[in-house]
Amino acid sequence: MSGARGVIGTVAAIAVVWAIDWAGSRILNPYIYRVLVLCSINVILALSLNLVNGITGQFSIGHAGFMAVGAYASAAYTVYAVPLMLGAEASKGGWVAAAAFLLAILVGGLVSAVAGFLVGLPSMRLRGDYLAIVTLGFGEIIRVAILNIDAVGGARGFAGVPQRTNLAWVLGGAWVTFVLIRNLMRSYHGRALLAIREDEIAAEALGVPTTRYKITAFVIGAFFAGMAGALFSHYTYLHTNSFTFMKSIEVIIMVVLGGMGSLTGSILGATLLTALPELLRFASSERLIIYSLLLILLMIARPQGILGRREVSFRSWFSRRRSRPTPAT
Amino acid sequence: MQEFLQQLANGVAWGSIYALIALGYTMVYGILRLINFAHGDIYMVGAFAAYFLARAMGVGTVVEASPLVAAAVLLGSMVICAALGVLIELFAYRPVRRSSRITALITAIGVSLFLENAGIRIFGADPKFFPQVIAPRTIALAGGVMVTNHQIMVVVVSVLLMVALTLFIQKTRTGKAMRAVAFNRDAASLMGIPVDRIITITFAIGSALAAAAGFLVGLTNPKIEPLMGIMPGVKAFVAAVLGGIGSIPGAVIGGLVMGISEYMVVGYISSTYRDAIAFVILIIVLLIKPTGLLGRNVTEKV
Repeated sequence: MSGARGVIGTVAAIAVVWAIDWAGSRILNPYIYRVLVLCSINVILALSLNLVNGITGQFSIGHAGFMAVGAYASAAYTVYAVPLMLGAEASKGGWVAAAAFLLAILVGGLVSAVAGFLVGLPSMRLRGDYLAIVTLGFGEIIRVAILNIDAVGGARGFAGVPQRTNLAWVLGGAWVTFVLIRNLMRSYHGRALLAIREDEIAAEALGVPTTRYKITAFVIGAFFAGMAGALFSHYTYLHTNSFTFMKSIEVIIMVVLGGMGSLTGSILGATLLTALPELLRFASSERLIIYSLLLILLMIARPQGILGRREVSFRSWFSRRRSRPTPAT
Repeated sequence: MQEFLQQLANGVAWGSIYALIALGYTMVYGILRLINFAHGDIYMVGAFAAYFLARAMGVGTVVEASPLVAAAVLLGSMVICAALGVLIELFAYRPVRRSSRITALITAIGVSLFLENAGIRIFGADPKFFPQVIAPRTIALAGGVMVTNHQIMVVVVSVLLMVALTLFIQKTRTGKAMRAVAFNRDAASLMGIPVDRIITITFAIGSALAAAAGFLVGLTNPKIEPLMGIMPGVKAFVAAVLGGIGSIPGAVIGGLVMGISEYMVVGYISSTYRDAIAFVILIIVLLIKPTGLLGRNVTEKV
């Protein structure tokens, strides 16, 4: 993407995001607004996990742990550090508070990335199911550790985090995540990650430093998961119960359902799986039974996920239409 | 010292339950390379099956609590869960067997969610009190250690089942076929072993063992609810990995290590760390010996 087009695209995207939020908060009812916010947070989570699971081919089930690190780090930053730095100015809202929130999101991402590095360094020696179970273990250890820190509420939950997240923030976050991971995937480094997924031994033999790349992918994945956590913690009541291994599994289902390695698939999967339980509300007490049966049926009917490894884009959609072969006369 | 021995006794009893569940995980994994996420929920169904069987038999009102009644309830719930395991394999896992392993894993998660939610719908979300099929009694052992007859029963039944399983796998034709399928499924099929039937039998046995664990847990901690299988399921899987997944003695050792270490943490540190210790031990073991305590080293093939 050339520089000028990139700038125009960025400005346009920011405008669209703010417009959607402005319209959304007025037109949509609060329930749908809330589902949309949670959808977008899940999109960030699914995209970041796809970088590790789908693109690099390393099976991690500890994503909720990194989300928790980001959520608590950014919440602690907002509650403890921001008032010290900005005083009463921060609680008023406006641009100062928005800047402080942006910083809080970055703090969440960075602390989570550090956690990702510490976890990834030993875990990336392991493969397959052993890697899966160790990441699950780290995720649970992180959760129990946070549960035992009294400064962030422990078992009571972390109360008093200002609610700064709105649809604009989460849509913007999802968009940034998507663009960065897509660009990474198309770069030289992205091809190295894909090579590791396809055949780790062959990649190593061709001179790809596999361990370093695997850890890098893991750290970047953790960064975005932490960002999602930061957005989450400034939106609803914060408690470690939101970050059990079931949350990690939920994100994995989104990635697999959308198609491992397909970024647009992850967006689709995350949106579908967040919306589905809400759409099934008419069935009240049977809705989770239907949900689980649908999941099983989908896996039987379409084992490679909805999109497989394909990507959906407006451009390819249009060009395919245009280049459709004209019938021979 | 007395405190230590007491926690050790509690840990062994609890670890036996983990070991029974872990056996099912390790057997299925050995044959299909599938993490059967629904296994913890089969253990839950086992506990509920025993609950309803005991109620149907009128334990405590119509019939007196006795070891004979307990044995009948145990066997009944094992049969019910074996059938359930076979059905799950037939309808959910068999269609995805040729797909990628992650597809099978998600299917297993789907089955797990299904059993949990169906359990909430059918049994109700509130905990039920497991009927006392054997009157509780406390027995003082040497060194001032107090155990209940239920805990002793847990250990005795577990050991009996494990011995029976080992004999079955080592001495019978079917057991030999199971080992062959675990070693190399395609080669076993070429040698005329009915692979599908062996897989069905594996699921039946694993699920029956989980049901036994559910019954035994109902005896010692008589509060059962539809989500009780999640945490023990995960921990039993950790136990199986710890011991070396695919290895039957490994699952037993892993289960005992997990049970004992949990009670030691509860006794000496704090019960809030109980859920983390299992994973700490797992990570330490895997970093030193990446295939678990008794796992075989798999050489990398190019």
